Amino acid sequence: MTGPALTVVRAGALTTVQDLGRPGHAHLGVPRAGALDEPAHRLANRLVGNPGSAATLETTLTGCGIRVRTATTVAVTGAPCPVTVDGRPAPWGAPVRVPAGAVLDAGPATHGLRSYLACAGGIGTEPVLGSRAADLLSGLGPDPLTDGAVLPLGPPHGPPADADAVPHPGPGTELVLPFVPGPRHTWFTDHGLRTLATGRFRVSAASNRIGLRTEGPSLERARIGELPSEGMPLGALQVPPDGRPVLFLHDHPTTGGYPVIGVVPERFLAPAAQAVPGTPVRFVPRRAAGPTRRRFG
Amino acid sequence: MRPLPVGEHGLLIELDTAGETEALHAELLRRAADGTLPPVREIVPAARTVLLDGLADPRGLTAELATWDIPARTAGDRPGVEIPVRYDGPDLADVAALWGVTPDEVVRLHSGTEFHVAFCGFAPGFGYLTGLPEPLHVPRRDTPRTKVPAGAVALAGPYTGVYPRASPGGWQLIGTTDTVLWDPHREPAALLAPGTRVRFVPQDLPGTTVRERPGTASGALSGDTRRAEEAPR
Repeated sequence: MTGPALTVVRAGALTTVQDLGRPGHAHLGVPRAGALDEPAHRLANRLVGNPGSAATLETTLTGCGIRVRTATTVAVTGAPCPVTVDGRPAPWGAPVRVPAGAVLDAGPATHGLRSYLACAGGIGTEPVLGSRAADLLSGLGPDPLTDGAVLPLGPPHGPPADADAVPHPGPGTELVLPFVPGPRHTWFTDHGLRTLATGRFRVSAASNRIGLRTEGPSLERARIGELPSEGMPLGALQVPPDGRPVLFLHDHPTTGGYPVIGVVPERFLAPAAQAVPGTPVRFVPRRAAGPTRRRFG
Repeated sequence: MRPLPVGEHGLLIELDTAGETEALHAELLRRAADGTLPPVREIVPAARTVLLDGLADPRGLTAELATWDIPARTAGDRPGVEIPVRYDGPDLADVAALWGVTPDEVVRLHSGTEFHVAFCGFAPGFGYLTGLPEPLHVPRRDTPRTKVPAGAVALAGPYTGVYPRASPGGWQLIGTTDTVLWDPHREPAALLAPGTRVRFVPQDLPGTTVRERPGTASGALSGDTRRAEEAPR
């Protein structure tokens, strides 16, 4: 391999290749996968002149470091972190020209959880079912990065976008998750529904790309038992037998048998990608597309 | 048919029977193929439901669904595959005891059943196959195995399944196949998609009849296996 490429010099706690995932295969048991903080992924790509579909690196808490084989434009977005090139400070949230052989390091997140590193041309690993995304539930796509791994880069797409300032609201002090009740909210008592809307939950350390787990009160069920397996959408709030809702993220299983009390619309999911364990979580019911049969709160 | 809201852009359509579910799924695929279904990202059939996600107007489709005349499916509609199996699983004797028959009779009954893929899940390429009558439904093992080998043919509840890759599992293992259920670099990647008809063909075991049919070792039996792949991307 002699073209543009990067060598992983510091893989960090968990760094994966991500793009917009492989939607449209759920009926075969294939999870969506893809960047959990999609706006941050798209922004990183835009800063280096890539289309939003180009593959980036998604880090977890501790960042990662890469050495580029040829001079490459790189941008780091998502969770803010110190960025250096061969040890010298470089901007976060802006295109950075990294000379051939130099190391760009995205340090530990100062807040938030997942940073995105885009390289001009995008990560060029072989796509599987139309996507380069690592799917940690079923093992599709490239394995998580390891020190010393070499990843090819594609040819640069065009000039980097010239963004003067990157808007970044930053993770709030609490994670607010609007949700549409259903389809299985009737499996819970009124008390259980009120608990979801008013209870004090926190992000559990057991969270991952499959689901954001919560700690907090248990949601009281009106019906016991399991459902026959049914399709599970991205953003489902599935309630396992311990009664604590799990928010399904991009690597979630495509079917399941625990009731889904509500669904968080996709456009509200990016903040969940940045919520560190211990962050308070508030679930806010929204009106469904159709009439709901039960009232919350 | 009960459509339930799923977020802002989804519907979970609940049905009373597996047959109605299968018929609705087939109708959805037919309408998607001929362009009369509104654009949708996922169509995920399951035991008694079909999930539609990525709809611009789920309320509009809910209203339209009520007007559909959905034909029942017939076996001839569906693509079919044959899967050669060595009935050598470690739970074959247990299943024989649960069915109250000999192991040879398990082979005869299982390989004499026409299955179809009700839905997929658990892992890419894992199909939940229905077809065994209720008296032949068996419970999961009390203690799941930490590792079930790829190609294991297994039973649990109303379902037969084939493990596409090595994984933990609690189903009763009755046999093994060399057929590759899932290969992401093959088109189609999944041998089994919802609606596919499946027959298991006994292989290389004394006391059973080995049926050889040209060109059916692991591929299409009749129809076109791609037919079931026509869900929208």
